[in-house]
Amino acid sequence: MRAVVTVTGKDNKGIIAKVSAFLAEKGVNIEDISQTIMGKYFAMIMVVDLSESKEELSALAQECSEMGKKIGMTIYMQHEDIFNAMHTV
Amino acid sequence: MFSNKDVLDTIAMVEKEHLDIRTITMGISLLSCVRDSAEETARKVYDLVCRKAENIVKTASDLSGEYGIPIVNKRVSVTPVSIITAAFPEKAPLVGKALDEAAATPGIDFLGGYSALVHKATADYERIFIRTIPEVLASTKRLCASVNVGSSKSGINMEAVKMLGEVFKEAATLTKEQDGIGAAKLVAFCNAVEDNPFMAGAFHGVGEGDTVVNVGVSGPGVVKHALEQIPNADLTEAAEMIKRTAFKITRAGQLVAKEAAKRLNAQFGIVDLSLAPTPAIGDSVAAILEELGVETVGGHGTTAALALLNDAVKKGGVMASSRVGGLSGAFIPVSEDIGMIRAAEAGKITLDKLEAMTCVCSVGLDMIAIPGDTPATTIAAMIADEAAIGMINNKTTAVRIIPAIGKKVGDQVNFGGLLGRAPIMPVHECDSSRLIHRGGSIPAPIHSFKN
Repeated sequence: MRAVVTVTGKDNKGIIAKVSAFLAEKGVNIEDISQTIMGKYFAMIMVVDLSESKEELSALAQECSEMGKKIGMTIYMQHEDIFNAMHTV
Repeated sequence: MFSNKDVLDTIAMVEKEHLDIRTITMGISLLSCVRDSAEETARKVYDLVCRKAENIVKTASDLSGEYGIPIVNKRVSVTPVSIITAAFPEKAPLVGKALDEAAATPGIDFLGGYSALVHKATADYERIFIRTIPEVLASTKRLCASVNVGSSKSGINMEAVKMLGEVFKEAATLTKEQDGIGAAKLVAFCNAVEDNPFMAGAFHGVGEGDTVVNVGVSGPGVVKHALEQIPNADLTEAAEMIKRTAFKITRAGQLVAKEAAKRLNAQFGIVDLSLAPTPAIGDSVAAILEELGVETVGGHGTTAALALLNDAVKKGGVMASSRVGGLSGAFIPVSEDIGMIRAAEAGKITLDKLEAMTCVCSVGLDMIAIPGDTPATTIAAMIADEAAIGMINNKTTAVRIIPAIGKKVGDQVNFGGLLGRAPIMPVHECDSSRLIHRGGSIPAPIHSFKN
């Protein structure tokens, strides 16, 4: 199963390192990553594979959100189907 | 494949524009619960609803976590209770209370189906049943009631209309300490639909399967935001923008509905493409009409703007879902929409304008508070007017009106939460009792004979 991780917030040092270390620890494999900075605003979108993760997506999403709060960022993890459904015909 | 912009757009819709799945409603057939006595039937009903509904809340919470979209309400609709209690209608409240207790599962807010379908005539058992509604609504929390008093095919049952005027008044009187909330849980319909997931008018029609999942999507804030991006566009372009936005919102609903049905071992019923407002700022249908160019909702042009909105929502939504149903359109409840509340408080929107708006939107006179001394026959006449609009135009219309006992124009009722607050609106004081006391029925219109 694939999910999309979105990290947004004020730009700071080490965001990518912290998020990817957290995901690796959870058995989540990063397949694609793109990142932009708009002014002081940081936005990173990752497509990840959850097939080797032991946790359910909803639990992981919750943990991502909590981890985000610790580093001052907003982090979402969502099933890729929601974006496919809403944005492709 | 979606783009990064699509991902950020979806997140902005949830974070800033109140995109949500408004309700997952499980429809449950109670026909298998009918037994010899009311007590036994009530027990069977309680067991069945508890068993079927126990996983709704968890499933909704899982789906919400996985897709990152809030699912606001978890609800249940059941076979019209008047049918399963036809042999002992005076004891129907026992079943109503059993349903209310079954719905006490944490997380389920309303259960609909304390209902009767009397669009052609009122049977003896239905007459007794309808009279039990006020007491049952006063002694339960989550139970909602509805009565279908007319249809395009059968005309309007004016005996039932008269009775409903009295039932609304009594439901409000019995709950006057809570601003008449009993009446807020009661709907009089014309052309009621069997698969509506929205309360208070949801019930599970007898033509439905055993267990069905119906989903209501929402997102007035998303539509308004989309229109704000094109402030100078002409109305053709505005309609296109609404269509595209409705498509996206509905696709989210379709995905959740199919997945929820699978996990709950139920049939996927329909997606209801409604724009349902809440009292939260930024979640208002009135604000969309104002963004289209009406200074304040209720002003001239409001009906035209609403017609455009309602139609564009349907067109965008129909392509996004494999099965569409329910009420599908824009809701215009006064107490549940901050734009409507403000317009009503300022005297900018009247009951007459609201009635006109119901000719082109998906429901009717919804969550409107009126003076408590309004005669039951006047309320019945309002129901008759709405039913006539529905009957002639082949659409669903409804009345959910709250006579605020002991209050007058200038006061307000406050239910809190999703039901919101409403200023008491003036009604015409001329007498309609002669019309209502005539009884009989208004025959079905000539254009209903299509066979």
